[in-house]
Amino acid sequence: MQGLIKSKTQTNYFTMLENDNNMPPTLDDSLNSPDFRTLGEVTVPRPIMKTKNVNVFYGEKQAIYNASLDIGKNEVLAMIGPSGCGKSTFLRCLNRMNDTIDICRIEGEITLEGEDIYGRNMDVVLLRARVGMVFQKPNPFPKSIYDNVAYGINLHGLTNSKSETDDVVEDALKRAGLWAEVSDRLNQPGTGLSGGQQQRLCIARAIAISPEVILMDEPCSALDPIATAKIEELIDELSQMYSICIVTHSMQQAARVSQRTAYFHLGKLIEVGSTDLIFTNPGHRLTEGYITGRFG
Amino acid sequence: MSQVEIIQRGIRRRYVVEGMFRACGLSALICGVVFLAFLLITTFVKGYTALQQTYIGLDITPMEEDFDGAVTEETLRRADYGALIKRSLREAFPDVTRRKEKKTLYRLVSSGAQHELRQKLVQNPGLVGQTTTFWVLADDEVDMYMKGNVNVSIPEKKRRFKDHAIELTKRLVQQDRIQLRFNTPFFSRGDSREPEQAGIKGAAMGSLFAILVTMLLSFPVGIAAAIYLQEFAKTNRFTDFIEVNINNLAAVPSIIFGLLGLAIFINLFGLPRSIPLVGGMVLALMTLPTIIISSRAALAAVPPSIREAALGIGASPVQTVLHHVLPLAMPGMMTGAIIGLAQAMGETAPLLMIGMVAFIVDIPGSPLDPGTALPVQIYLWADSPERAFVERTSAAIIILLLFLSLVNGLIVVLRKKFEKRW
Repeated sequence: MQGLIKSKTQTNYFTMLENDNNMPPTLDDSLNSPDFRTLGEVTVPRPIMKTKNVNVFYGEKQAIYNASLDIGKNEVLAMIGPSGCGKSTFLRCLNRMNDTIDICRIEGEITLEGEDIYGRNMDVVLLRARVGMVFQKPNPFPKSIYDNVAYGINLHGLTNSKSETDDVVEDALKRAGLWAEVSDRLNQPGTGLSGGQQQRLCIARAIAISPEVILMDEPCSALDPIATAKIEELIDELSQMYSICIVTHSMQQAARVSQRTAYFHLGKLIEVGSTDLIFTNPGHRLTEGYITGRFG
Repeated sequence: MSQVEIIQRGIRRRYVVEGMFRACGLSALICGVVFLAFLLITTFVKGYTALQQTYIGLDITPMEEDFDGAVTEETLRRADYGALIKRSLREAFPDVTRRKEKKTLYRLVSSGAQHELRQKLVQNPGLVGQTTTFWVLADDEVDMYMKGNVNVSIPEKKRRFKDHAIELTKRLVQQDRIQLRFNTPFFSRGDSREPEQAGIKGAAMGSLFAILVTMLLSFPVGIAAAIYLQEFAKTNRFTDFIEVNINNLAAVPSIIFGLLGLAIFINLFGLPRSIPLVGGMVLALMTLPTIIISSRAALAAVPPSIREAALGIGASPVQTVLHHVLPLAMPGMMTGAIIGLAQAMGETAPLLMIGMVAFIVDIPGSPLDPGTALPVQIYLWADSPERAFVERTSAAIIILLLFLSLVNGLIVVLRKKFEKRW
């Protein structure tokens, strides 16, 4: 679900919502009842981000209904669901990427370490430095590998000298597992790397400014299985330092990398729970239908 | 009939249609190339002779009497050089005695010759008292005759260059007193009523100043407007209205912009007529829509993923545009600028309205001096009856084309440079 930047692309998004071929055979009426509640435990003991009763509208169309969900410190939270279920929209609310869309309206409360991110005191630049993002399609800047990683550091003035920047760049590339492959060609364009390398470069770019949370929007959907495996391994390692929120289409991936899983359906957060539980003993009929492959 | 046969029958027809389509395209292309070649070749053939100019060598002996007895700066300036030239011509042709014939003889030399002679003597007063061969400009009729542009088979009555003049010219040739030399005045002078004295420099400088003003105004304004509309402005009725109007402005006839310039810059702001500054401002208004539209297209072509990447890492919208979107869109914007400038450079109509069509002899030294522009000069010369202006018109067209290629080449180089950064 990329390309939500300009209004022209929004029509596509809407048609996607409406012509969803992956609709379940029957809709649970309880979804539309006013006292619909998300199944499972939405709060965690040590949250870094909390969302409460979030509603998102694109113009008249509502994309998210009353979603409340916590992201715990150092946990990997996976968000799954059929196309157009609102999981990407929800993710993009977490670092206010939806601000760029004129007709997008967000209600509810989203906090980062207790601060309201839509509050008056929250600067969006600072927020995005604290909540980094990795996109579906690898999108390195058309600059050198070094400049790609150093851009955020220089943008925020995080280092005082060139050598310090070099160290941070090297560290970020090492943590992204890319250093061994690119250390001898840092001045070559980042766009010349392979798809998987590009995505790891984007992860390096995101972690170079040491965010607290990393949002990943289907980071592996454009990659082959080997590159995917590398990224998944990387996510595992990164979760020791960062909190990660990942949107994925692959249930296996969610099962492999995450500790908690949230299932979205038609803009509603149906069920949240520990990954083990969701995949072995889903509580909701729709969740079960999705993970057993009846639709989705 | 089997299915294969049906398809085979269709295939032949498809090939015929395809062949016809290709032939149409190719013939259109050939047609275009032929017309272009014809245009360029005729212009060049007519124009290249203007690179040379006929000069007449005269033995002139300025005497002290010609300067009221004393050679001072004052008398050097005041002296009657026309008389000196006439005397020299009489000496060269002692047999020409009749009044009418003498008149023909004097007319062989350009009326500008005396000014040249004055200049030379003021610079070098030591020439007084001795005989020197001065090469002075020949009249445009002599020039045309020497270049073979006078049809002698036409009866004398219908000709401007009479038999006697031809005879005198032939005698000058025999005496080795006629030479075709490189036409420096054409490149160093302003306009003139006399073709042999008319030069392109005034118009070229006028065009240069006007284009500079156009560039300085329309680039920043156009690009800023495009960035604002494309990247920052919210989509609402007001911006829609502006967008529609910009698109409409691109289609407005250029003379309307001339009227606008006349009404606003000259009548309202009180700027002088005929100056390249006003011309440049009017041309800037005219090119703005082109630049805005193409710049917006270039910005829209930058993939949204780049914007997301920059925003996602914490760049502000302005930083996103300046660091990432603008450099990527720059080559496309440059293309729009090339189109806009080329359009502006060949534009005549709006300049007519603001008085840049006036007959101006002086070469403008700044955008505030009255001047004209190359296309207007071409229009003026094409309108003149003298045969000698034909070659000058063609030469001016060649120079305008060279000027255009030069500016376009410059922008292409700039564009390449911007592209290299990525």
